[in-house]
Amino acid sequence: MKLKGINKNLVLVLLLVVLVAVPFVINKNAAFEGSDGGAETMIQSINPEYKPWIGYLFEPPSGEIETLLFSLQAALGTGVICYYLGYTKGKKKYADH
Amino acid sequence: MKKLSIPLTATILLLIIAPVYTFGMHIMEGFLPFEWVIIWSILFIPFFMLGLKDLKKIFARDPRQKILIALVTAFVFVLSALKLPSATGSSSHPTGVGLGAILFGPKIMAVIGTIVLLFQALLLAHGGLTTLGANAFSMAVVGPFVSYTVFRFMRKGNVNKGLCVFAAASLGDIATYIVTSLQLALAFPDPVGGVTASAVKFLSVFLLTQIPIAAAEGILTNIVYDLIQKNNPEGEEAYEIKGYK
Repeated sequence: MKLKGINKNLVLVLLLVVLVAVPFVINKNAAFEGSDGGAETMIQSINPEYKPWIGYLFEPPSGEIETLLFSLQAALGTGVICYYLGYTKGKKKYADH
Repeated sequence: MKKLSIPLTATILLLIIAPVYTFGMHIMEGFLPFEWVIIWSILFIPFFMLGLKDLKKIFARDPRQKILIALVTAFVFVLSALKLPSATGSSSHPTGVGLGAILFGPKIMAVIGTIVLLFQALLLAHGGLTTLGANAFSMAVVGPFVSYTVFRFMRKGNVNKGLCVFAAASLGDIATYIVTSLQLALAFPDPVGGVTASAVKFLSVFLLTQIPIAAAEGILTNIVYDLIQKNNPEGEEAYEIKGYK
């Protein structure tokens, strides 16, 4: 890599932060809603008669509960990823000695 | 042009009036007509079976890989939960299936992707059980196969590895959403322009939003891939897919 001496992953993380922040700057008043909502309205405009023929068995009762479940999903996943990375890092250190 | 502007205005009006209540980019429960539910499920099942077979093979050959498979699954879980803002003013989330496809080949992702989709359909009202076949086909079959092919192809051309990972993950992500758009277009052809016009409309919803998200997915996959390789006790190259075909 050309980026010797600089932590490449740190640069990538910074790039990621910029990428996520830019939309708020260039598109200040946008609603930032899910694009599947856009697909839903699109379906209604193409075929106004179409009604969903089946609903969800379970829907999170509120936005808070939905956020809870989403955070849980992300937290559990991150936990597993960091477990693996820590485990292999320790193992490697031990093997190198 | 006149004919096109009516649905367009209608869409814009609807976007303003109707509050959009769900996040997420998968086809929602009930939003795919019954015949398409059957078609996509039938198309998807063989890939799921192949994936199971592949997983069994990997576990039999080296049980230590289980933990890396767990990481690959966790990565899909995390990225599916990350709803990121896009320059178009709406939000979408990455898929995370590229990492596993690069490390273990694309087939096992059919199983792993389905686990995540099932979790979201059952608990988060995101995606759906009837649309599972279609959503899994786009996210857990086409996405990983594109990622894998791009990675293999670029590696053969001696391209910088980080760039290979980035391109593989981003293009896999974009491929997923192209397939989703086509699935919706096939199910809801435009009364005037048919499937093609409809496809253009759905692509305009998904694709533009997805481009920056795909770039974010490429970067994230790159970081995690790099960390896996750096910390791999068996040496940097041990996880290059060789035997896992």
